[in-house]
Amino acid sequence: MSTGQPYRLERDARVARSRVLNFTFNGQKLTGLEGDTLASALLANGIRLVGRSFKLRRPRGIMAAGAEEANAIMQIGSGDRAIPNPRATQVQLFEGLEARTTKGWPSVKFDLGAINDTVSGVLSAGFYYKTFMYPRRFWDLYERVIRAMAGFGIAPDEADPDEYEQQNIHCDVLVVGAGPSGLMAALSAARSGARVLIADEQNEFGGSLLSAAPGADGDLSGAWLAAQIAELESLENVRILPRTTAFGYFDHNFLTLAERCHDHLPVMQRSGVRERLWRVRAGQVVLAQGAFERPLAFGNNDRPGVMLASAVSTYLNRYAVKAGDRAVVFTNNDSAYQTAIDLHSAGITVVAVIDARSEGPGEIKTIFDALGIPLMAGHVVCDVIGRQAVKGVQVGRRVEGASETDIAMTLRCDLVAVSGGWSPAVHLHSQAGGQLHWDDGLKAFLPKPNDAVHNISVGAGNGIFNLKDCLESGVQAGAVAATRCGFESVEVPLPELKDWTQAPLEALWSVPAAKASGRPPKQFVDFQNDTSVSDIRLAVREGFESVEHVKRYTALGFGTDQGKLGNINGMAILAEALGRAIPEVGTTTFRPAYTPTSFAVCASESVRDLYEPTRTTAMNDWHQAQNAPHEVVGQWLRPWYFPRTGEDMDAAVARECRAARQSVAMMDASTLGKIDVQGPDATEFLNRMYTHDVDQMSIGRCAYGLLLGEDGMVMDDGVMARLGPDHYYLTTTTGGAANVLSWLELWLQTEWPDLKVHLTSLTDQYSTIAVVGPKSRAVLEKLDCSEDLSASAFPFMTVRPATLNGIAVQLFRVSFSGELAFEVNVDSRYAAGLWTAIYEAGGAFDMTPYGTETMHVLRAEKGFVIVGQDTDGSVTPGDLKMGWMLSKNKDFIGRRSLARPDSRRKDRKQLVGLLSVDGRTVLPEGGQITEDAPIVTPMPLLGHVTSSYSSAALGHPIALALLVGGRKRRGDRLLVHSANGEVVPVEVTESVFYDPKGARQNV
Amino acid sequence: MLLIECPWCGQRDESEFSPGGEADIARPLQPDQLDDAAWADYLFMRKNTKGWHRELWNHSQGCRQWFGVERHTVTYAIRRSYQLQEDTSPTLTEDEA
Repeated sequence: MSTGQPYRLERDARVARSRVLNFTFNGQKLTGLEGDTLASALLANGIRLVGRSFKLRRPRGIMAAGAEEANAIMQIGSGDRAIPNPRATQVQLFEGLEARTTKGWPSVKFDLGAINDTVSGVLSAGFYYKTFMYPRRFWDLYERVIRAMAGFGIAPDEADPDEYEQQNIHCDVLVVGAGPSGLMAALSAARSGARVLIADEQNEFGGSLLSAAPGADGDLSGAWLAAQIAELESLENVRILPRTTAFGYFDHNFLTLAERCHDHLPVMQRSGVRERLWRVRAGQVVLAQGAFERPLAFGNNDRPGVMLASAVSTYLNRYAVKAGDRAVVFTNNDSAYQTAIDLHSAGITVVAVIDARSEGPGEIKTIFDALGIPLMAGHVVCDVIGRQAVKGVQVGRRVEGASETDIAMTLRCDLVAVSGGWSPAVHLHSQAGGQLHWDDGLKAFLPKPNDAVHNISVGAGNGIFNLKDCLESGVQAGAVAATRCGFESVEVPLPELKDWTQAPLEALWSVPAAKASGRPPKQFVDFQNDTSVSDIRLAVREGFESVEHVKRYTALGFGTDQGKLGNINGMAILAEALGRAIPEVGTTTFRPAYTPTSFAVCASESVRDLYEPTRTTAMNDWHQAQNAPHEVVGQWLRPWYFPRTGEDMDAAVARECRAARQSVAMMDASTLGKIDVQGPDATEFLNRMYTHDVDQMSIGRCAYGLLLGEDGMVMDDGVMARLGPDHYYLTTTTGGAANVLSWLELWLQTEWPDLKVHLTSLTDQYSTIAVVGPKSRAVLEKLDCSEDLSASAFPFMTVRPATLNGIAVQLFRVSFSGELAFEVNVDSRYAAGLWTAIYEAGGAFDMTPYGTETMHVLRAEKGFVIVGQDTDGSVTPGDLKMGWMLSKNKDFIGRRSLARPDSRRKDRKQLVGLLSVDGRTVLPEGGQITEDAPIVTPMPLLGHVTSSYSSAALGHPIALALLVGGRKRRGDRLLVHSANGEVVPVEVTESVFYDPKGARQNV
Repeated sequence: MLLIECPWCGQRDESEFSPGGEADIARPLQPDQLDDAAWADYLFMRKNTKGWHRELWNHSQGCRQWFGVERHTVTYAIRRSYQLQEDTSPTLTEDEA
């Protein structure tokens, strides 16, 4: 065979021999086969060194064949579609794939950072904590160097060009994992009629069956597997999702699944959505995620060529790839014997099986012995020879309780297949709040059934390691899940399988080091983070006890595999060192995501323009036609100012302000919240909610309305208009509209359900046009107004139904500028037309549209506060000098709290005006206020600037501020500090700067 | 994400709702008659229950109705939703909560 893949074998496997795929690895041109993962293709090419470890930069090879891989972390592709850090074991090979190693400089074979390994005695647990603390001022430098050394792949700088989407889905039974147990669970639930969703992270369904030796006893990977999948595909109540990882299990059976739609295809063939986030709400969940094989901890157990035994079998049987030519198998349980048998039948020399157990294996021994593979029971591998690749192992007799191992012999080999037993993948079970219990026979944490969560763990994920029992557990779980969802279970026949008796596993958490002079070699537990047995023991000597603390001190389980490979070993070694039982030490917390998941799929469509909804008013087209820049208020796009040609913002705002004060200007105030209140108890209800005497308002009157929280703090404000005996119209702040409605509903529904009141939001249905300035009356009179607008007929703070150009409006005479002003409330469908009509009618007076900035200047000149800008939830009406708004005739929400001692403190922060002493400096909003004293930090902070503008009307800047005891400090000199360290001397003034008597709005 | 049953609309995702905190806190009928400590107790003090908890939820992205839910604060299990008017007597004993 001339595939150019020296480690590819001529045997049946799940790769397509006729479909050769080209790919590159660190620029080197290589080939693989369709069906390969990147890992299997690399191994087929004899490539063993695929990375460097995180801290010590030791050479590392592929250890696993799945999600637990800790070493083969790659950079795939380049440019804006580069993918940093996928595991080569989970990357499907495609034509044209470009892969790079993520560690090693200048190259993975010759890494200068590997000097770390030669000084590794210094680089023990807590090294960074202990070393880089001192001197403290050097941390900036240390951090830069450490960050450059750390990390793996490189995230692209460019925006992600691909599309992602999310989809909600409901099902009766969600099955996670399509191995033998999961398939049976799905089939048995589906046959009963339940809606079934089955997802598996691999491109092919079958799980562990895909790794079975072809034709061996119990091999179901052929026709049987195909038939099961075909049946699932044919059923209308089943949806199957390959390449889909269930990565999060949240409350009430809500799970998130990431489907990789086209990453397995050549780039040219990709189209549509790259990844899809399935948001699943399941009636029942069957967890069939299988188990992870554990490595064993012995000297230099990280050398390229040391692999999990199950991975060796997977590469052999599924991909027809031999991971080496001369293998040693090292195990403490029966499962690795299958690997020895697989290797032998593929024609690979098995030098010996080293079994730590003195008794050797169970029933599988009959097959094994017949093959004549040497068995060394009661022995251990204590060290590995070879640096960038395994060259041999040192073997000794296992002596119970010994701290060292006498080397009995050296075996020459290039592959060490290890098995330290199996750990069920309990991640999702635990994420859902499930508890674990320690099975001392299996030496594994198993999921405790949790009825509250409505899930069932099956198969290897539940500690069942016998194929026959796995199939049965799947059938049973599928039936139980379907029954719980109201379906009747049906029989599912199973294939005849032999029940193998296994000999029990023996704990061997670490192998006593080889007797030698000098420092013993490292025994790795967490391969990615270089956490070794000695690091964990050191942490215990230094006083760490909690598994969560040891994790953070030694970095055990911190890598991108999140401890899938090493955590159970690490916890057991910790328990040994502490002299405690393993269940007492427990596990660290399992959190989403199960495997690394892209931010892009989590965000899905909710990016850029779809990040959050934007709202626009009926007049938005007109504003855009004027090239008015907008600012976002709440979710509204509001015009900020309306520049004329050549004007900057300051000039435009100054002009707009002059127009409003001297002639006439108009503003789109449609974003104000509007609530219609009707019902026989409307007056009583509003009287309980608002601070003023609502029951004393006559029809047609407007009042300034203040809403307090029950704690007495200002919550929102607006205008309240009485339109009829049982009919009111409220406005709220732009940002507070939804909250106010919800707040009113809360009291109406929970406290006073006896009150007959209806609340209706009109925020979108009505638009508001503010016509402001001395000429505003004259403008409206030109619009065929049905009402007499004179001061005597239509006084300040009144409202009238009216028509303008025949269009029905609610006409308010209110003012947020201190000028004569009207607010026209009109059905939004007529708003754009009426806006234009008013604008044109004002042409004779140089009608000037203005935006939010001018609105702010005008109101600040008058000392009118904006709730949420000049207040922050800790401000009472008294602090704002609004005590006059509080009725003394009734109770209202928040009233009692104003009598609390805290609400009456003399040193509360109160609203004041501030003027910069130089008369030129616009104060920074948010600037902190201190006494005018030499600056010695820390200084007592007396408050902060809440609003600050340049005032065209006054010819100097003005500011509002909240100041401790502010009301008594008029005339005082203080300092305002800006974020960049500048200090501005200021004088405290009244908060009303312009027309303090309010004469101008009353004309 | 919780699955919450609105008594009017049925089961919906938590994202349609806003939480309202502990239920069964009645506003004192005559606030002025309460001393500061009693008022502060009404205003600020909550049970911080570990176990079954009666709480208010608002179907703010749906029918806008406030209603009661009995939720377990450890497991987050919800065993019941109820209309406020229907349910005038708290059913939780000290032992249950």
